[in-house]
Amino acid sequence: MSGELTVVRATTASRLGAVAGVAALTALATVPFWASAGDMRLLVEALTLLALAQMWNLLAGYAGLVSIGQQAFVGIGAYGLYYFGDKVGVHPFLAAGLAGLAAAALAIPTAGLAFRLRGGYFAIGTWVIAEVYHLLAVNTSYLGGGSGVTVGSAAALERGTREDGTYWLALAAGAGAVILVYAVLRSRLGLALTAIRDNEEAAESLGVDLVRAKLVVYVLAGLGCGLAGAVIYLNLLRIQPDAAFTVNWTAYMIFIVVIGGIGTIEGPIVGTAVFFVLRELLSGYGTWYLVALGGVAVVVMLAAPGGLWSLVQRRFDLRLFPVQRRLRLPPAPEREANP
Amino acid sequence: MGSVIELEGVSKSFGSLQALDDLSLQLDEGEALGVVGPNGAGKTTMLSLIAGSLHPDRGRILFCGRDVTRVSPHGHCRLGIARTFQIPRPFGGMTVFENVLVGASFGPAGSDGEAEEIAVGVLADVGLLRKANTLAGSLPLLERKRLELARALAARPRVLLLDEIAGGLTEPEVLELVATIRKVRAASVSLVWIEHIVHALLAVVDRLVALDFGRKIVEGDPQAVMASPEVRSVYLGAGA
Repeated sequence: MSGELTVVRATTASRLGAVAGVAALTALATVPFWASAGDMRLLVEALTLLALAQMWNLLAGYAGLVSIGQQAFVGIGAYGLYYFGDKVGVHPFLAAGLAGLAAAALAIPTAGLAFRLRGGYFAIGTWVIAEVYHLLAVNTSYLGGGSGVTVGSAAALERGTREDGTYWLALAAGAGAVILVYAVLRSRLGLALTAIRDNEEAAESLGVDLVRAKLVVYVLAGLGCGLAGAVIYLNLLRIQPDAAFTVNWTAYMIFIVVIGGIGTIEGPIVGTAVFFVLRELLSGYGTWYLVALGGVAVVVMLAAPGGLWSLVQRRFDLRLFPVQRRLRLPPAPEREANP
Repeated sequence: MGSVIELEGVSKSFGSLQALDDLSLQLDEGEALGVVGPNGAGKTTMLSLIAGSLHPDRGRILFCGRDVTRVSPHGHCRLGIARTFQIPRPFGGMTVFENVLVGASFGPAGSDGEAEEIAVGVLADVGLLRKANTLAGSLPLLERKRLELARALAARPRVLLLDEIAGGLTEPEVLELVATIRKVRAASVSLVWIEHIVHALLAVVDRLVALDFGRKIVEGDPQAVMASPEVRSVYLGAGA
């Protein structure tokens, strides 16, 4: 870059955000030393859902891939954990990582099918493909068939070790998803994805290879959802195909992202917090809990179509994750300040 | 002097609507070609075919002698064909600088630093530098049009396709834009410009083509084309 023109990424808020992020991460890393097993299980759920939501946000919020079939990769992650842990015999914590990689690998042929469809057809197509994976699991007796399997290798671990390890893996998945999305958005690919988010046709006319960008995102989302799925089942230990491949996983992702703010990194974090607060407050009310969730979604969509974070961003121009590129202009008398 | 763009007997229909009917056309290196015609004459369809966002039903499109009929839109951009849209399509959630950076980063595929330098240069050329950090979605119309132009220029095209870029602007704004486009021409970019504002077009182009019902009705010297009986009858009605 020549002269005094420089491109800056960080803002005051983002520097504070980085400090807060490191502090939060440090605090979260110490949880197994002081929290109860019940609280840890709850945090595992929250962190894995955060990972899932970040992946769906990357897909739908940036790459324009409104998938209703991400449960395919949650299920693949679950069965991957069982396969690598119980059948192959590697340590269950390592098996969870391998399950994520397996999900990413399977995302490639899945994209080969799903990417032939556009818009609403893509959404339904991904759901149908997830159902195919579900039925494959149900009909494979090697994987326990319709009644499912217990992840014996994980259940055999000493309880404290299993709980702590599962928690740290969940933290790695949740924080890793945030960091991954942040790193992607700051890169050249991120510039392309943000352009795709705002206008696909214009992005394409300016040289952005839509198919390539979308494929990379789809595979990354497969990895994230697969790893989260494996960690969820390290926590639950019992895999049932109907539960592992339920569309509810994607429904949660959509709820969290839409409530929090689609197309931002902060949105899914806010959405996950709101989702868990609501769940804990309303868990005593049975079905009313679901009615309340739906009601909250409707109200947020009407009052703040960009999600809760958009309210904050619009009011305070606050960005905790500096993905924007701002040009620092040399002070010159003929140039007025930016409005 | 070779031609950069050649359309050979290109036809395109949308259902029963024949948008382009056996159109042949060529654009020479460094030339500025104006395109006029009533609404629905097929002008934007022609531009979309050259940009690769539509593919013809029949015929071929050549870029520097190479057949690019089936090349993708991003492939066209990387070859050196950039377009603007009739209704500006800014990346609303990105800053003006980032918008232009997209063109600079993915068009000619340079390093990040190079792309940033190109983007800054183009912003200065079109007079948007002081708006660099403004969100593109909040720009008024003239600046949206300038941004369309800037993004396309940042891809460093050999052929620039402009779709009614002066439409909707006030008279002084049109003159400002014409001055900017003349500067672009001086950089030896070939130009295809669709425009209803005839005086703006005549101030820039070397040659004019008039289309009606997807066919070429007249072609040649801009003044002569505008004065021809065919164009007069299309715009003013039969017998004018």
